[in-house]
Amino acid sequence: MTEILDVPSLQPILPELILAAGAMILLMLGVARGERATASISGLAVFLLVVAGVTLLTQPAGKISVFHGSFVLDDYARFLKILAFTGSAVAILMSVEFLGATGRQKFEYPVLILLSTTGMCVLISAADLIALYLGMELMSLALYVIAAIDRDNVRSTEAGLKYFVLGALSSGMLLYGCSLIYGFTGTVSFAGIAKATGQGGLGLTFGLVFLFVGFCFKISTVPFHMWTPDVYEGAPTPVTAFFSASPKVAGMAVFVRASVAAFPGIASQWQQIVVFVAIASMALGSFAAIGQTNIKRLMAYSAIGNMGYALIGLAAGTPEGVQSVLVYMAIYVAMTLGSFAAIIAMRRPEGPVEKIADLAGLARTKPAMALFLAIMMFSLAGIPPLAGFFAKFYVFLAAIKAGLYALAVIGVVTSVVGAYYYLAIVKTMYFDEPTPAFVPMRPELRLVLGVSGLLVILIGVYPGPLADAAAAAAKSLF
Amino acid sequence: MASWPMLSVIIFLPLVGALFIMLLPAGDDAGAKRNARWTALWVTTIDLAIALLLASRFDAASAEFQFVEKKPWLAGTITYHLGVDGISLPFVILTAALMPICILASWRVIETRVKEYMVAFLVLETLMIGTFCALDLVLFYLFFEGGLIPMFLIIGVWGGPRRVYASFKFFLYTLLGSVLMLLAIIAMYDQAGTTDIAALLRHGFPPTLQKWAWLAFFASFAVKMPMWPVHTWLPDAHVEAPTAGSVILAAILLKMGGYGFLRFSLPMFPAASVDFAPLVFALSVVAIVYTSLVALAQEDMKKLIAYSSVAHMGFVTMGIFAATTQGIAGGIFQMISHGIVSGALFLSVGVVYDRMHTREIAAYGGLVNRMPLYAAAFMVFTLANVGLPGTSGFIGEFLTLIGTFKVNTSVAILAALGLILSAAYALWLYRKVIFGKLEKPSLAAILDLGPREIAILAPLVALTILFGVYPKPVLEMSAASVTALIDNYHHALAAGGTKAALLGH
Repeated sequence: MTEILDVPSLQPILPELILAAGAMILLMLGVARGERATASISGLAVFLLVVAGVTLLTQPAGKISVFHGSFVLDDYARFLKILAFTGSAVAILMSVEFLGATGRQKFEYPVLILLSTTGMCVLISAADLIALYLGMELMSLALYVIAAIDRDNVRSTEAGLKYFVLGALSSGMLLYGCSLIYGFTGTVSFAGIAKATGQGGLGLTFGLVFLFVGFCFKISTVPFHMWTPDVYEGAPTPVTAFFSASPKVAGMAVFVRASVAAFPGIASQWQQIVVFVAIASMALGSFAAIGQTNIKRLMAYSAIGNMGYALIGLAAGTPEGVQSVLVYMAIYVAMTLGSFAAIIAMRRPEGPVEKIADLAGLARTKPAMALFLAIMMFSLAGIPPLAGFFAKFYVFLAAIKAGLYALAVIGVVTSVVGAYYYLAIVKTMYFDEPTPAFVPMRPELRLVLGVSGLLVILIGVYPGPLADAAAAAAKSLF
Repeated sequence: MASWPMLSVIIFLPLVGALFIMLLPAGDDAGAKRNARWTALWVTTIDLAIALLLASRFDAASAEFQFVEKKPWLAGTITYHLGVDGISLPFVILTAALMPICILASWRVIETRVKEYMVAFLVLETLMIGTFCALDLVLFYLFFEGGLIPMFLIIGVWGGPRRVYASFKFFLYTLLGSVLMLLAIIAMYDQAGTTDIAALLRHGFPPTLQKWAWLAFFASFAVKMPMWPVHTWLPDAHVEAPTAGSVILAAILLKMGGYGFLRFSLPMFPAASVDFAPLVFALSVVAIVYTSLVALAQEDMKKLIAYSSVAHMGFVTMGIFAATTQGIAGGIFQMISHGIVSGALFLSVGVVYDRMHTREIAAYGGLVNRMPLYAAAFMVFTLANVGLPGTSGFIGEFLTLIGTFKVNTSVAILAALGLILSAAYALWLYRKVIFGKLEKPSLAAILDLGPREIAILAPLVALTILFGVYPKPVLEMSAASVTALIDNYHHALAAGGTKAALLGH
């Protein structure tokens, strides 16, 4: 292993250290001050994420590898970590109202998000199977608790439990896959595995499949998506917003890095799996969403479908493919956070509502909110000149360049099916007769919805900078 | 050459107007509505004035793209590239000319959510003009596809009773066709390394790619056009859309299909165009004959005109793929003429619909007794729809028929049947609505055209007759580009032929 010895070995993990240590301090603060400190802890948690992001950007450029190669900081990791930090910070911001309710003042919530984000960072930078597993467990264990954070609510507890049981199963499979891979290659480092997989072999393929099962579970792709609609629906809406953004980024990050860095020798084998998973996810995401009446369930199927599209880029297996995955994830995070800002704002004086029918006539009761949510929906449907179009454009570009014509055709056709249910939401808001108005939207939700709406338009008309950043990040992986 | 970016101004002025209307104080009071209407009218009128200025500065003798603007946009190879030639300029002017008319036609009719309505129309104008001016495939796709959003809202929000069904059908049908085109665009980008239309026109694609890309583009444009058998969204969309929406649909959105065939299918995939010409001829003839027969059986005025649009577009596709000078020039002329005439027919239906709130043919009769002005205007448009010499409709149909006759006699003969059928349904409609005794009590108090309606219809009557007796302005504007298109087409075919011959030996 080549070690870059002149770099102090702890400096590259400074953002992770800040988050982990910060989470501990905030936890102490919460224990000492009690529930009253929830609001200030939330604020501090957002501040910590910003500090971690800034620290990350001030790290020396280039590829830095520490802990004997098990943790790597490259442009790819930087890009995705910034994305994950953004997703987590926005999720905390959007939970302010939920946490502010009497009897629900839970200071653990922002702390858990910080811990989970630390796990994501480890996952994104993981360059061997041990770091991968550690990161994934740190991220997931916090997620299980967050899903059940509203512990007096049956649905929330059920969501947490369901997520935990299935998640534990998938972790087990992942670990089994890791052990098989270790057994057949004699190493846990991605670079070592890549060297040892020259000729492949049945045992290795088995390990690969089990490893992929774990990844597919985390990013909720078919056939390991079953938990998604239930958890999305059961968990409190701000929690769902969190689940839909940064954990997906981290899951996709490790999926791509492990496939490209550890198994380039047997690319043709994992590409088949990815192609199948992509097709199945796009199809299920499109068709199953049509019948949904609950907007959170709908967003769950939308997430499944979107992960399918992102995987098209991975299926290509080229630098362009990885670039397209990164572009897709960045745009997806903007779209999903914006959509959830609007969904969290679906609140009548008597409490929150989550039926699609509750959006009826929103264009007349709340024109600005309806306009921005409509922008999100058209963007998710992939209609130009919005960002979602370029997200799809880049993945299809990668697929065509790699010669995956059938995958591209299936992808665009399912995107038309998917457009149907996004349109149905626009239809409800614009064509139907108004229902009683929602309570005024809180400022932080307005901010999130407004900023993500503007971003979606801006990236739609000028995607150049994002595409360039993603291209640079993707290059560091090859 | 203009020193300022004229095309960008024409394209984005309506968008600026839309933003301005959005920023106007909200409210449903009369003042807010008035502001929105007047802003929209002023913006579209100024846009038309700039478009006419553009036309006056246009050099019709040159087949090159003019008023070109080129800026880097993304990834180095995809650029913001605009320009017009003799094929696209007529459509730009048609769009700019019809927009003020559409705004005026909606003046009284649209009473709910006026602000949003005007915003939707102005955004739509930006996207439509952008579609015709774009010289980069990705940019073209952006404008082409983006137009779905405002049109979806216009049909869905201000449409008739079955508006939801119609708007979804419109959107999804068109989207399915377009995404296949997107894949073809990506494949072309992959093959040629650029999406610049001017460069792609010179590129020369390999035969296999030509075949698939032709089919993918065909999927998109045939739906847009629309050609039989993928035309079924059109009658629904037309019937449910508000009057101005129908006008835009018939007059401009349909023309994007024809424009696409002329800009992409024919010059970029010449070999595939030759191979698939019989398919296009067959579908065109079926469209002309079959949809004319269907039109005969309609009870709804808008539906009848919608089916007649499909039939008339059949002439256009037939003319384009005949690939002769007359065929293509006739196709362009027919599209412009149909833009004016079908738009005017929908406006005419709108006039009586606003008074009686029904489009049933059976609900009318004997209107000539109370509405002589209306009867006269409607007659001009009906006869132009039939293709009577002296109206603009004649020139286009005649030229496409000549152009096709030189290539394929039997197709031209079958298509000529359509002329007879169109006379049958159009005159039948006219007789039912206008002539006869005014017996229906509901019609007893119906009023003739008001000043606003005269202002809308008079220019269209004038243009219909002017282009009927003096088609030169349109034909001359496009002549050089059409000649160049055909030269390049035959050149590419000859080159492809020798290559194939060489490979064969």
